[in-house]
Amino acid sequence: MEKERPQWDNPLQFVFACISYAVGLGNVWRFPYLCQLYGGGSFLIPYLIMLVVEGMPLLYLELAVGQRMQQGSIGSWRTISPYLSGVGVASVVVSFFLSMYYNVVNAWGFWYLFHSFQNPLPWSVCPLNSNRTGYDEECEAASSTQYFWYRKTLNISPSIQESGAVQWELALCLILAWLMVYLCILRGTESTGKVVYFTALLPYCVLIIYLGRGLTLRGATNGLIYMFTPKGSSALSLRFQVEQLANPKTWINAATQIFFSLGLGFGSLIAFASYNKPSNDCQKHAIIVSLINSATSIFASIVTFSIYGFKATFNYESCLDKVILLLTNSFDLEDGSLTASNLEEMKDYLASTYPSKYSEVFPSIKNCSLESELDTAVQGTGLAFIVYSEAIKNMEVSQLWSVLYFFMLLMLGIGSMLGNTAAILTPLTDSKVISSHLPKEVISGLVCLINCAVGMVFTMEAGNYWFDIFNDYAATLSLLLIVLVETIALCYVYGLRRFESDLKAMTGRALSWYWKVLWAGVSPLLIVSLFAFYLSDYILTGTLQYQAWDASQGQLVTKDYPTYALAVIGLLVASSTMCIPLGALGIFIMRHLKRADTAPVA
Amino acid sequence: MLWLLFLLVTASHAQLCQPGAENAFKVRLSIKAALGKKAYAWDINEEYLFRAMVAFSMRKIPKREATEIAHVLLCNVTQRVSFWFVVTDPSKNHTIPAAEVQSAIRMSRNRINNAFSLNDQTLEFLRIPSTLAPPVDESVPAWIIIFGVIFCIVIVAISLLVLSGIWQSRRKKTETSEVIDSEDKCEHMITMENGNPLDEKGGHVNDAFMSEDERLTPL
Repeated sequence: MEKERPQWDNPLQFVFACISYAVGLGNVWRFPYLCQLYGGGSFLIPYLIMLVVEGMPLLYLELAVGQRMQQGSIGSWRTISPYLSGVGVASVVVSFFLSMYYNVVNAWGFWYLFHSFQNPLPWSVCPLNSNRTGYDEECEAASSTQYFWYRKTLNISPSIQESGAVQWELALCLILAWLMVYLCILRGTESTGKVVYFTALLPYCVLIIYLGRGLTLRGATNGLIYMFTPKGSSALSLRFQVEQLANPKTWINAATQIFFSLGLGFGSLIAFASYNKPSNDCQKHAIIVSLINSATSIFASIVTFSIYGFKATFNYESCLDKVILLLTNSFDLEDGSLTASNLEEMKDYLASTYPSKYSEVFPSIKNCSLESELDTAVQGTGLAFIVYSEAIKNMEVSQLWSVLYFFMLLMLGIGSMLGNTAAILTPLTDSKVISSHLPKEVISGLVCLINCAVGMVFTMEAGNYWFDIFNDYAATLSLLLIVLVETIALCYVYGLRRFESDLKAMTGRALSWYWKVLWAGVSPLLIVSLFAFYLSDYILTGTLQYQAWDASQGQLVTKDYPTYALAVIGLLVASSTMCIPLGALGIFIMRHLKRADTAPVA
Repeated sequence: MLWLLFLLVTASHAQLCQPGAENAFKVRLSIKAALGKKAYAWDINEEYLFRAMVAFSMRKIPKREATEIAHVLLCNVTQRVSFWFVVTDPSKNHTIPAAEVQSAIRMSRNRINNAFSLNDQTLEFLRIPSTLAPPVDESVPAWIIIFGVIFCIVIVAISLLVLSGIWQSRRKKTETSEVIDSEDKCEHMITMENGNPLDEKGGHVNDAFMSEDERLTPL
């Protein structure tokens, strides 16, 4: 008596699972950065084109494969052709790498969340130095938010060679993050199906609240105007935007953002779709999920830019206040006579009246510019943990906003983790060998335990540098290759006509020519060009470098990777990409040996 | 004669209190920045209060001769508001060493601030660093408490789910074993009714059935 495959209680759970997986931290911390870098509002044009041409078709393809084969990634590709089981294994390996380092972000989220229940927020003030006459030097050189991130949270070492010890506080947060993930995946779709209601919907609630708060902040409009018309005046910005549209890098970055934002190639989408009823309309769901994912990116960047605007305006006004104080003290002017509005004319007056004294003071007078404050484009953990926390500390009732924000980050992160772990667990639970010996709960527990143990590497003092290595190299090239092989395999090995008739029998829906053209032609070509671009970029850059934190200067410096780090990078990329040819080779050898065995008998 | 003496005294005073003089300190007030609309104007009465506060701080140091208000000299008052002051000894010929004045002011800094409704940032004594308030030292940091609470909740939830899963699978096992038993009995019955000669598990022979057969076959 075979056990029935678990299924989602209703299609809505499936859609929410896909949304909570696809809508992750990348929508919040990568898209606004790309938007700012490649022309603001005009970046939306290549982004939306790539969504329609690349995102939707590939998402539909993965969901259709999972729903048709009713198995995880390894089983699905093995059914299509036994030589392709390597593709499934490669997906599982990449998902394994991803879940190892991704949960560390959740650990950081927990850390900041727990520290938000203090007054004042710990990253808003610098700690005192040893004799209590001033502030800590590192904090003075950098800023209090950077100090809290680099020193108190990460306790970062000056270079990747100095590993340092495991930070017990961060290790505890990592253990908690993994326990939380285990709690959500413990019972398979039964528990995941309920959790995704929260992980999919709650971030939107927080984003809406933040939109309301962000738009009413002082100086938010500066940020929004900057987002749509970067580089100042409208004539200049229009030229800049048109230039960016002609730049191939803009299109490549739009394509890669769509590709990685949807989480294609990890096997998570195949895993989720395999728990669907075969009659489920996955075309509709694919379109809905990809549209919601992109809309969330745009929505999140509106919120981010209004926060940028607030932070830039606040810093600009503090800079002006410092200049005013400096001039007032140097020339003993009446307190309050210098304001932001009369600063320029007063400077000229002082320069003409007391030229010698003015020239003494002049080097210390900073040129405060709103433009330069807005121009600091930040992405990744820097945006999420430094820039945002800096903006939050200046808001009223900052504890509330801080709690809301880090809670949202946690929801986004855990939602993505559910998909990552599903990609690893579904093939394991599908396999008869493993699931007959161990119950589902034990398999999930073992996977979480192994990931947690390896993840301790990222809680060491040099952990953030290893995190950056994994973040930049573990998934990028391998995924492109995996999805390329998937598309070609489905269209040419399994046969597009055969799949089309399968889908018609399954869902009752005919496959329109649009999808056929994209699957068979356009998308593979696009992926090949992305792959070629990435390879050429790696080769041209020569030695790979990373940003290390220099405590004495209070800023990041560029350093070269040591050889063993380069070896690890090579191993990461090779271990997942090599699965594909090795899998095919392995099956070929096994079949050859079987034929050799059976031949004498016949 | 008298006014000659007076001139001499003020001249010596002027020498004692000068910007940058030995043992002189510059003070800077930002009254408008601190109090906004409630700012008071700085006049000679406020200066008198200041001199009184400095004398008070000097008197607080034990084992010293008592300082009078007249021993505190102010000069170079600007619009900012900023000025210089020195503390002289009772003979009014020498100034008290800077180190002593510094420690006296540091000890009574809070009282001086409160007298003017200002704080360390708005009433600045240049060259006298203020002791910054130490952070509130909790015995157990707040974040560990919240971490502990959430950790316990998660552990409890996991144990509940795992235990209920084990209990459910045990119940299923006993149910399926009952089902298997009753299925076995059904199979048993079927084989006996078919009259399987090989089946010697000693079931009953249905007499009524057998007798009907016997009745019919001889025909």
